[in-house]
Amino acid sequence: MKLSQVRELLNAVVLTGENHLDDEVFAGFGCDLMSDVLCYAKEGAVLLTGLSNKQVLNTAEIANMNSIVFVRNKVPNNEILELAREMDILMMTTKLILFESCGILYKYGLKGANLS
Amino acid sequence: MSYELVFDVKRGDFDKAGEASRKIKHTLQQLGVSNRIIRKISIAGYEGEMNLAIHSLGGKIILAVGEKKLTLTIEDVGPGIPDIKLAMTEGFSTAGDEVRSMGFGAGMGLTNMVKNADAFEITSEINEGTKIVMNFFIQ
Repeated sequence: MKLSQVRELLNAVVLTGENHLDDEVFAGFGCDLMSDVLCYAKEGAVLLTGLSNKQVLNTAEIANMNSIVFVRNKVPNNEILELAREMDILMMTTKLILFESCGILYKYGLKGANLS
Repeated sequence: MSYELVFDVKRGDFDKAGEASRKIKHTLQQLGVSNRIIRKISIAGYEGEMNLAIHSLGGKIILAVGEKKLTLTIEDVGPGIPDIKLAMTEGFSTAGDEVRSMGFGAGMGLTNMVKNADAFEITSEINEGTKIVMNFFIQ
């Protein structure tokens, strides 16, 4: 699924990394626990989370996940937005809750990270 | 090819926590280390870095680059872990609400380090400090 389709399906607003909207993501991982993201998430998956602090961005970068969707209308502060531009990470925000966001993407074919 | 990089990590400095691990990742990318190994060492390093910021009185992360292996040492100056076996139990944590609100402190840190390192050793002395040595073999 292209990130542009993720944006459309979630009616999300792009905050940084517009240049990556044509990139493909093959899986999604919805989580507010960053250690579990580091432990389980597939490389290249889109991260959906309700946390919007700097550690989310660090986690995405360390785990090689280049796109983040903030749910429940969260928007990180300017310092984090600036850092995301430096790291070249696409960030978007949606009004939907985590459950609905994941459900919609799953319904349209995006798979979850495999725990095994 | 053999050298060391040392990063200081301060207690409670959650604004900076993560920077050392990102620098380690970028250094290894420049050295041409495979992505698979970079991801393992970056994740283990980041968990260690967060642990230093959360639990220690301050410490260091040392990356030693050798020909056949990369060694990541995480050491602090205290307070030491009273029961290492308990601390290594997945889900056990003494972290407070501030840390949990950042998405950490769920008792996964040491587990994640063990999972990603090819060899893992931990030693700890009360009032002296904790030392973790992780080796990652380059194939």
